[in-house]
Amino acid sequence: MSAILEAAGLGKRYGHRWALRDCTLAIPAGRVVGLVGPNGAGKTTLLNLAVGLLAPTAGTISVLGGRPDAPGQMARVGFVAQDTPVYRRLPVGDHLRAGAWLNPGWDEEAARDRIERLGLDTRQRAGSLSGGQRAQLALTMALAKRPELLLLDEPVASLDPLARREFLQGLMEAVAEHGTSVVLSSHLIADIERVCDYLIVLTGSRIRVAGEVSELLASHHQLSGPRRGPGTLPAGQEVITESHTDRQSTLLIRTSTPILDPAWTVRPVSLEDLVLAYMSRADSAAPTRPALGVAS
Amino acid sequence: MIRFGWLQFRGQALTALAVLAAVAVILLITGWQVNHLYAASGLAACPSAGGCPGPASALLAKLHADSAFGVVYWSGIFVLYAVPAIVGMFWGAPLIAREIEAGTYRLAWTQSVSRTRWLAVKLGLAGLASMAAAGLLSLMVTSWASRVDPLDPFGMNKLQPAMFGTRGIVPVGYAAFAFVLGVAVGMLIRNTVAAIAVTPVVFGAMQGVMIAWIRPRLIAPVHATMPLSLATVQSVGSNAGAPASNDLFVSAPVSEPGGWVYSSQVLSATGHASLGPDPKACASGSDQACNAALAKLHLLQTVTYQPASHYWPLQWEEASVFLVLALLLAGLCFFWIRRRLTG
Repeated sequence: MSAILEAAGLGKRYGHRWALRDCTLAIPAGRVVGLVGPNGAGKTTLLNLAVGLLAPTAGTISVLGGRPDAPGQMARVGFVAQDTPVYRRLPVGDHLRAGAWLNPGWDEEAARDRIERLGLDTRQRAGSLSGGQRAQLALTMALAKRPELLLLDEPVASLDPLARREFLQGLMEAVAEHGTSVVLSSHLIADIERVCDYLIVLTGSRIRVAGEVSELLASHHQLSGPRRGPGTLPAGQEVITESHTDRQSTLLIRTSTPILDPAWTVRPVSLEDLVLAYMSRADSAAPTRPALGVAS
Repeated sequence: MIRFGWLQFRGQALTALAVLAAVAVILLITGWQVNHLYAASGLAACPSAGGCPGPASALLAKLHADSAFGVVYWSGIFVLYAVPAIVGMFWGAPLIAREIEAGTYRLAWTQSVSRTRWLAVKLGLAGLASMAAAGLLSLMVTSWASRVDPLDPFGMNKLQPAMFGTRGIVPVGYAAFAFVLGVAVGMLIRNTVAAIAVTPVVFGAMQGVMIAWIRPRLIAPVHATMPLSLATVQSVGSNAGAPASNDLFVSAPVSEPGGWVYSSQVLSATGHASLGPDPKACASGSDQACNAALAKLHLLQTVTYQPASHYWPLQWEEASVFLVLALLLAGLCFFWIRRRLTG
């Protein structure tokens, strides 16, 4: 099946600063994709490029096979923006009416059902909702469009653990029911671990790794054994991170072939290990700053 | 999208409607009194406003005796200048700026409706409402003042700069322009409060430019040269304002009923600004002797003015200028929302 989100050499620059660069991606359909990275890594930029709120500086992006600013494109994509913006002075019910007026594929019954199950009062102003309720309202509006792809930008970032669990649970139920593809950004690995089956690690405005969670976990291993240099590894074993003591080496490697060297103790990695490894590798690979000095 | 646009705008629209209704009540009550006095004055039977100076001044005296009349008259002028600015500040400036500030543009522009259509509906609804509100207000005030405007109750007719923008259709153009100006300013500076502050300043400056430089040139004024009517001479002297010392100086204001006089000048019989030496009869003799001496000089008077008949053509021209400016700014908004806001 074709990619739901495809980017080639995609970049976005503000002045001299690249918020996102050299982004090449092809996300298959039917996945729940976790876009993980620290704050300011470029997650919001990537998602805003995907819904046409931003225009790329370099490269191309296509979503569901179309340009993000193509006519009718946004009828097929549901978007929950960062901080889940709502019209504070409009009641919940008016948000639903607006959704119905603005979207041809609006599922009124599903929207009303969902709001009722959440226990939201349609007469209550959106500005007086709690963070969790507001996020649920924004998600309801995005889901009721009956989108083929749902993009969520840090939807749970400001929620307490219980509201976060409820939100993700609601999201997963809705996704399971309609087979919607989802891209969800978060700076918390636990959220991603709970719901995602596809992972993209984005740090320092670049994509570090992208792939199916199961494949990533199967192909990454932690090796520990007597100290040795990285050059001694067989071809096909890529070192992601390494740490050495006087006597011992610990490596996190990526390989598709079995590890045969009996000197290594091989352990599987967790998603968190994997994400942290790619993040720390990005940090150490970053060009070192020239030391500060006083001009004389 | 139209229904959603209305959902967001209806509060402002209903407020405007309530204000208009309150103004209508005040104008109806005071207008009834003005009409009553007018009917009693017998002016209705006069062929023209200038034709019955007696009843006219009697009516004016009665109107001036009623303090409410002056208050309503001046308030009408003030309100018609204020309403376009208020519309620009409170309907125009927040239209996009608030969406950007609150982040709700990310909700609005990611629904199935294109950004262009979103803006077209928002601009269309509130823009037409701005024009309708200003138009209704102007219609009410203009008809309230229709009996007394020809009498120049406070020494101004409706073609003169201070009054021109408060009658007829010009306020509609002002409101359209001020509204779109507010939208554009809010979009460019992305801050509601700053946009509310900047909009009336730019609008006021634009009105000033219109009054000082554009309006006098919209329609060519009439230049007329005629023999000086001695009855209009206000003062005679020398020096003051005369090209050379000891030259004769004659001050004779021109009265052009319902018109707007740009300038007038008394010229010599040969059409020169220098009137020659001050006749002795005027320096020391009686008024009659002076008048006789002046009559012998066959002085001329030139006037540059917009006659009353230019009132409606000027109204259309000025309203059109502001409507065209409003359309240009709207075009900028559409360009911006498609290209620039997406960075």
